[in-house]
Amino acid sequence: MKTQPIDQFACTLPPEKRQSVYNGTKATHEKRTKLLAGDFADPDRLRQLAGEVKQHVIENLDTLLPQVEERLTAGGAQVHWAADAAAARRHVLAILQRRGATRLVKAKTMVSEEIELAPFLEAHGIECLETDLGEFIVQIDHDHPSHIVRPIIHKNRREIATSFEKNGLGAYNDAPEVITRRAREFMRKKYLAADAGMTGANFVVAESGRLVVVTNEGNSRFSLAAPKCHIALVGIEKLLPRDRDLALFLNLLARSATAQQLTVYTEFIRGPRAAGQPDGPEEMHVIFVDNGRTDVLAGECREILRCIRCGACMNVCPVYRQVSGHAYRSVYPGPVGAVLSPLLAGEDFLEKADLPKASSLCGACNEVCPVNIPIPDLLLRLRDKGKRAGAASPGLPPMGPWALLASQPVVWKAALIGGRLLDYIPPGLIPVPAMHAWAASRTLPKWRGGVFRKWLRQREKRKTETGERKA
Amino acid sequence: MNDDREVILSRMRGALAPLRKRAAYPNFPDDVAVMREVVDWKDPWSVFCERTRLVNGESMERVEDVVALLKANHWLHGYCDPQLWPRLAPAFGPEFTVETAFDRTRVDDYQFGITRAVGAIAETGTLILSDASTSCRLGALAPWVHIAVLRREEVMANMAQAVALLGDDPNIIWVTGPSKTADVEGILIEGVHGPGRQIALLLG
Repeated sequence: MKTQPIDQFACTLPPEKRQSVYNGTKATHEKRTKLLAGDFADPDRLRQLAGEVKQHVIENLDTLLPQVEERLTAGGAQVHWAADAAAARRHVLAILQRRGATRLVKAKTMVSEEIELAPFLEAHGIECLETDLGEFIVQIDHDHPSHIVRPIIHKNRREIATSFEKNGLGAYNDAPEVITRRAREFMRKKYLAADAGMTGANFVVAESGRLVVVTNEGNSRFSLAAPKCHIALVGIEKLLPRDRDLALFLNLLARSATAQQLTVYTEFIRGPRAAGQPDGPEEMHVIFVDNGRTDVLAGECREILRCIRCGACMNVCPVYRQVSGHAYRSVYPGPVGAVLSPLLAGEDFLEKADLPKASSLCGACNEVCPVNIPIPDLLLRLRDKGKRAGAASPGLPPMGPWALLASQPVVWKAALIGGRLLDYIPPGLIPVPAMHAWAASRTLPKWRGGVFRKWLRQREKRKTETGERKA
Repeated sequence: MNDDREVILSRMRGALAPLRKRAAYPNFPDDVAVMREVVDWKDPWSVFCERTRLVNGESMERVEDVVALLKANHWLHGYCDPQLWPRLAPAFGPEFTVETAFDRTRVDDYQFGITRAVGAIAETGTLILSDASTSCRLGALAPWVHIAVLRREEVMANMAQAVALLGDDPNIIWVTGPSKTADVEGILIEGVHGPGRQIALLLG
């Protein structure tokens, strides 16, 4: 039987990978919950508050963005705007070419994945090196990240050691410490030789024009210490109104993403280095990327633009834990991806229309979201949108016979009686493909058709009798 | 490509026009996310020491202790901020080679770097470096050991206070313990790109 693409991916996932993903996500989720409850009297209140701040941001982007542009420019940064992925790529290339730059070191930015920057730059003769350990391993493996915070959650140490060996990073050794030291050695030469460093931004404060970048490894700091030019790729929804909001958001982000009270390196950048400083970029560029976000803003799922990319919804999601990130076939997997990816797909919406359906609507993603995004509601809205747009529904029986059953009382009554036959026929013999799939891992309960109608009839009768007595 | 600015802003205005009312900025106190068990702690430095230990950071109150640690590990070559060195030099013996200019062509020569912090956050055990105080970003980042020097009164109680005092330095970085990763099977490894040992040294 034909199943949805996400189910097909799930079926081919090796048990070993499923286990890696399950263990990794579960451990982080449990630590996160313990930390939030231990540190704050009312962590739910903080999530709701942060959600209100971000909702204010997305509904006031038209005034906040020009404000942040003005502050950034005043701080000495150059601001660029990119309506789509192609424009963003062109901006990056133009900045690099103008400086004669051929080597770029990159800290983690999901927007760069979104616009498929690395292959584009490499085609133009620019070396583009991922410096986050996980992203680096993804890069040398020609793989894709399967989690937005932990890109190689699906890999084990043996696979990593093998690719290190293959890429000339020393003889096979799968000790995590050895892997990390080798990356350290390799990478620092690259930082020092690089012409430009690229980062994303976790937050950009409208009031001060401050870019905030958090990492644990220190790779973004290195990318901003050695190279002479800084390029930041920023989604237009990344703003916060005021500096004071940072205390709230940094507390929530670290706990939600990696179950830490604070990420190791939290960098606040207002512009290029001052004259006379020995280290740091002399030139700073901020590229604000739309790439479908204004369409999301115009639609009925705009709350998804509150997202601060912490990955907590992935860690808690029972579906993500089983299917892993690649099944979502998008830069953004998990519950947030099930909403965002079909929306950002634009004309290719239908190709991703199965994602919102791959959910039991259990609501856990909403409960852990640091900005309180009502993800289950958004999934329902997208299911509706998918249905209206004519998305395929493999695995579901056609609804025509059901409509006939449900609209003709005589047929319905006959079916209620005829249904008893199901108790005697093995499900494998029933000529409905969807039934085979369903019954492959379940047993049908005993047929109880008509029981409710009988009960209701008797209840009505009793009510009438009691009513008559009272009268 | 500059037209993209107008394209984006006009799409945005179009998207937001149908909203009858825009969501307001909520009211909340600056210290809304201060950790509850830390609120009443009196001496920020001792809180800092306790909290930074939780993230495998270290704290010391005597230069001699730092020197002893470096010696014991044979970390004898380092960088020190030129303004700090006159004060620290007497504690370092002749076996040490300490440079007050960081040569980026020899990053791996430096086993330790000593720079000035502008402050610290007790609540999270975080050190605060700014370009104004730690002008040599690489000196605080590339060596295996980073020692940040600060004064007792520079330690702030919580993150909300530190955010309020960010100021206009072009670059400020909060450092909470040594550089770390858990990318490989969730196993914690320290010293990825930055220091594997992060030490706060209280002076005066």
